[in-house]
Amino acid sequence: MENYDLTITEVSKLLEKGELSSVDLTQSVLNRINSVDDRVKAFIKVLPDEALESAKKSDERRAQGKSLGRLDGVVMSIKDLLCTKGVETTAASNILKGFVPCYDATVVKKLKEAGVVIIGKTNLDAFAHGSSTENSDFFTTRNPWDLDRVPGGSSGGSAASVASGECLGSIGTDTGGSIRQPASLCSVVGLKPTYGRVSRYGVISMASSLDVVGPIAKSVEDAALILETIAGKDPLDATTLDAEVPKYFENLAKSIKGIKIGVPKEYFASGMETDVEDIVKKSIETIKSLGGEIIEISLPHTDYALSTYYILQPAEVSSNLSRYDGVKYGYSALNDDKNLSLDDVYTHSRGTGFGSEAKRRIMLGTYVLSAGYYDAYYKKALQLRTLVKQDFEDAFEDVDVILTPVSPTPAFKVGEKADDPVQMYLSDIYTVPINPAGVPAISVPAGFVTRDNKDLPVGIQLIGPMLREQKILDVANVFEKEVKISQRKPEL
Amino acid sequence: MLNKQDVTHIARLARLDLSDGELEKYSKQLSAVLELFKKIDDLDLSSIEETSQVTGLVNVFKSDEIKKYPDLTDCKTEDLVSLSPVHDKTEMRVPKVIGDN
Repeated sequence: MENYDLTITEVSKLLEKGELSSVDLTQSVLNRINSVDDRVKAFIKVLPDEALESAKKSDERRAQGKSLGRLDGVVMSIKDLLCTKGVETTAASNILKGFVPCYDATVVKKLKEAGVVIIGKTNLDAFAHGSSTENSDFFTTRNPWDLDRVPGGSSGGSAASVASGECLGSIGTDTGGSIRQPASLCSVVGLKPTYGRVSRYGVISMASSLDVVGPIAKSVEDAALILETIAGKDPLDATTLDAEVPKYFENLAKSIKGIKIGVPKEYFASGMETDVEDIVKKSIETIKSLGGEIIEISLPHTDYALSTYYILQPAEVSSNLSRYDGVKYGYSALNDDKNLSLDDVYTHSRGTGFGSEAKRRIMLGTYVLSAGYYDAYYKKALQLRTLVKQDFEDAFEDVDVILTPVSPTPAFKVGEKADDPVQMYLSDIYTVPINPAGVPAISVPAGFVTRDNKDLPVGIQLIGPMLREQKILDVANVFEKEVKISQRKPEL
Repeated sequence: MLNKQDVTHIARLARLDLSDGELEKYSKQLSAVLELFKKIDDLDLSSIEETSQVTGLVNVFKSDEIKKYPDLTDCKTEDLVSLSPVHDKTEMRVPKVIGDN
C-alpha cells in the first residue's frame, strides 16, 4: 500500500512512531496528483512548494517533541470556496478569477493551527451551485470510479481528491447535499454538521441560512477527527453555536446495540433505482444484525421539502451574489470600457461574469422575492420550513438516528443532465430536506451497483438531532467497520 | 408560466445583462422549475410561523471592547483595494453617480 492510500488515523500513528515523515507523505500525495489528476481533474490549484514547506515544518516540530496533535503533518485539500490567505480563491467562477484573499477562513486557520498540510484547492460547481461540478466555470471533475461520469457536487473536486488518493481528507461545504452526495457517488465519507456547528467565516456565501462546512474523508474516524478540529464558536461568525465540542474521535462507540434507527417511509416512495434501493435495504438489515432497532417512521412534509429548499436557496443566493458588481472584486466591464455608467458596469459585469447556473439561480431567487410573489413563494417556503423542521423534531422523539438513501441513482454520465435543471435539482431529493431543518447528517459508503460494466458506489445517509453528530458518527463507524466498503479503492 | 417580458423584468431587477437567447432559455427553464412549486400553491399555511433560521439564536451581541484579530489586521487597505478590478492606490474607481444638475 502506498502512503497516499492511508487514512488520517493510520498516518497519524506512523508519524507519531517516526515511521513516516510528513515530507515523505506529502511527496507521495504530490506524485499521486501528478499521475492521476490530468484524468480526475479534482484540483483548481495544487500548492506543491507551500505544502512541502509546511510538511518540513511539521517534521521539525515533531522532532522537537512539539507536535500539534493527530492532524499535524496530515495532507488535506480544501474546496475552492474557502478563503486561503495569499492563495487565489475562485469559487470555480470566472467572476472571482484572480481574487487573492488577505485572510484565511476560520476553518482553514484552525486546520493550519493543527499542523495540517494544505495540498491544494479543489474544483466545484461555480459558487457551489450544482450536483456534478459541470457548473464549474473552468472544467468538470471526473468520478474516479468511472471517468465518463460526474463525481457529484458541488464538493465534487473534494470527494474525487479523497477517493483517488490525491489527499487524505478534504473540506467541503453543504447547502443541500454538496458534501453528502459527492461522498456517496465517490465512495468516501461526507459529514454535514449541524447548522452553526462550524464557522462559515471566510467561506464564500451561497445561501447563508443553509450553508455548513464539513469534512470529506476516507473513514468515519477521520471525519470525526477533522470535525472536532474545525467545530466550535467563532466570534467572527455570529451564527456559530456556543456549545462544547465533544471529542468525537475518542468517544466513537464500539457498539450500536439498542440504538433506535428510524426509516422514513416517504424516502422509499418512488424514483430510486432498484439496485440502489436494494443496497439501502441491505444496509438496514446489516444495522439490525448489529443490534440496531429498526422503526418505520414518517416525515410527512418530505414532499414539500424540495420546494422549500428550491425557493429559499435561490432567494438567498440572489441576495449573496449581489456583491459581485464589477466594483469590489473580480471581473469588471469597466476594464473594457471606461465610459460605462454605474448601472452598465453592474449589468454588463454580472451578465458576462456569471455562468449560466448562477444566473439561473439569481433570476429564480429574484423572482420569488419580487413584489407580488414574495407571499406566494418565499413566505410560504419559510412557513413550510417550520413544518419540515418539526417533522424531524417529532421523529427524534422516538428514534436516535434516521437512515435514508443519499441519492436515487449512482453517478450519472457527464452531460446527461447538464441542460436540464429540473432533473439536476431532483437528483438532490434525499439530501435537501436536511438543510432547511439544520440537523446533522453523514453519508457513508454502503455498496456498489454496476453500470456499463463498471462498479459505481452507493452510500447511505444517517441523520441525527441538532448537535448530536456523535450519534450518527457512532452508527456510521460501526456500520463501516462491518461492511468495509470504504476500504475499496478505484483503479486509476 | 413566465414569458420573455417577465424574464426581462426579473433580469432588470437582478442587474443582469442577458442576451435574447438567454432570455428565451430562462423563460422556459424557470417556468419548468416553478412547475415544481405547484404543489404548494393550495396549501393553507396561515397558522404556521415562519422559520428564517434554525438555531434559535437571537440578538448575538459582542461586548463593546476593542479586540484585535491578528489575521484581519494583516489585511492592509492597499491589499483590500487592490482586489478591486479598477483602482488607484487606496481608492476603488467607480463611474460618476451624481449628475451635474
